[in-house]
Amino acid sequence: MAALAVTLAAIMLSGVVAPLLLIGVGVLLPAAVAGVVRELSRIALLLSLPLAISVVLVNVFFFPGGEAVLLRVGPIVATAEGLRFALEILLRLAAISGAVVLFYLTTRPGDLVIDLEARGVSPRLAFVVNASVQTVPTMVDRAADIAAAQRARGLDSEGSPWARVRGLLPLVAPVVLGSIAEVEERTMALEARGFTRPGRRTLLWRPADSRRQAVARWLLVAALPLLIGLRTAGWLAWLG
Amino acid sequence: MLELDAVTYRYAGAPRPSLHEVSLTLGDGEVVGIVGASEAGKSTLCLVAAGLAPRTVGGTLSGHVLLDGHDVAPLAMHELAERVGICFANPATQLSRVTATVYEEVAFGPMNLGLPRGDVIDRTGAALDAFGIADIAEREPARLSGGQQQLVAVAGLLAIRPQHLVLDEPTAQLDPAGTQLVAEALARLAADGASILIAEQKTDLLAQICTRMVALEAGRVALEGAAAEVLADERLSGLGVAFPASVRIRRLAEAASLRAPQRDKLAAALATMGSPI
Repeated sequence: MAALAVTLAAIMLSGVVAPLLLIGVGVLLPAAVAGVVRELSRIALLLSLPLAISVVLVNVFFFPGGEAVLLRVGPIVATAEGLRFALEILLRLAAISGAVVLFYLTTRPGDLVIDLEARGVSPRLAFVVNASVQTVPTMVDRAADIAAAQRARGLDSEGSPWARVRGLLPLVAPVVLGSIAEVEERTMALEARGFTRPGRRTLLWRPADSRRQAVARWLLVAALPLLIGLRTAGWLAWLG
Repeated sequence: MLELDAVTYRYAGAPRPSLHEVSLTLGDGEVVGIVGASEAGKSTLCLVAAGLAPRTVGGTLSGHVLLDGHDVAPLAMHELAERVGICFANPATQLSRVTATVYEEVAFGPMNLGLPRGDVIDRTGAALDAFGIADIAEREPARLSGGQQQLVAVAGLLAIRPQHLVLDEPTAQLDPAGTQLVAEALARLAADGASILIAEQKTDLLAQICTRMVALEAGRVALEGAAAEVLADERLSGLGVAFPASVRIRRLAEAASLRAPQRDKLAAALATMGSPI
């Protein structure tokens, strides 16, 4: 919920100071409390780097209407207006990727599902959420197994970038089709374990949720409508 | 009692039925073994007996599957799951993939049934102990070996405590120790009155736990009778099924012309291993 609030706030806020404050209060502070600042920074950087590079290149060199020239390389001109706009986008991007990675690092999928169920969400919907999250590592494992099997049969999937691309193609069909083929048996196994029974499941435990944690979460969420109001009233212009 | 009455089943789009006129009765406390070559119809028979075919798998079925004298067709799947449990050979598809620990995985079925919390805990603890996996209760199921995953899958099924169990090669990925754990757990369940239908390639396991046996050939019942008789039947190897060690050793002893006292000693030794001779 807090991650969603930070993401929405990042979309709404403009300028440089406001997103910086958001990153500090909404991402880095909770990450420091959870002791995951270093890991969060590394993963968020890796995640957002490709997009960040394209944002900088496009905006610095091709910003429409930029007048303050910083650098000229032939017909391409880097402008101060483009640089500032790119910086604003980068800060928003950092806030969003930071919030998503913080959620990933501090929330076990199983905990999320149990908590959703305890709050009255349908077990099936909760299962879909969890199964979707768990599908990624499962498919990565499957792809690694199939790649090893393909290499054992002489497929060259390492070395040059072209060899790697060629090596990917024979992986796609078995990974995707294998996953689809498993669906039927997995469905039967779930049915045989009473998953389709209507009504509430028995929950053995609930994830710990301290008072302090709940207060921090609700403060972040409550800040969201406040931000919308301030932005709408134009009272955040001084942060730009 | 679980009963198949003249069941013929054909998968959707298949040119011919995978089961032909199969009749089978599974009484309380009985363990019935199913053997046969690949594509003989063992897995299909398991799906039909568990009520999953044609309900989930599709296809067409004639004849009746009866549970305590009543057709299973009108029962909802979750009602059936409480009474008939099924376990498949592939542990990768048995696990829910949404649990973080082995404990939660084994508890998954009882939790789904909405049992009281205390019952879920009792059943989960008992199932973990029965399969010797209590020491890995806090481990992540996805990171276990195939054999361990299979033990977790079978434990999760037994935690539901269905009256009837259908097991399709439950020990396919297990080492001898794991297989023995499954054999002992199934024998205990049968002693408590559960009925068990088990399709299995390991005839040594079947010799140890089964009261009756059915051998399938191309979807038809080729042999049926007391476990000791079917497992010693000369026609078994022609059906693509290996004789259990007890039978092979007895034949070797006979071929080597061992004298009666020695044969009797050998028979007694094999009997203590749980093998009928």
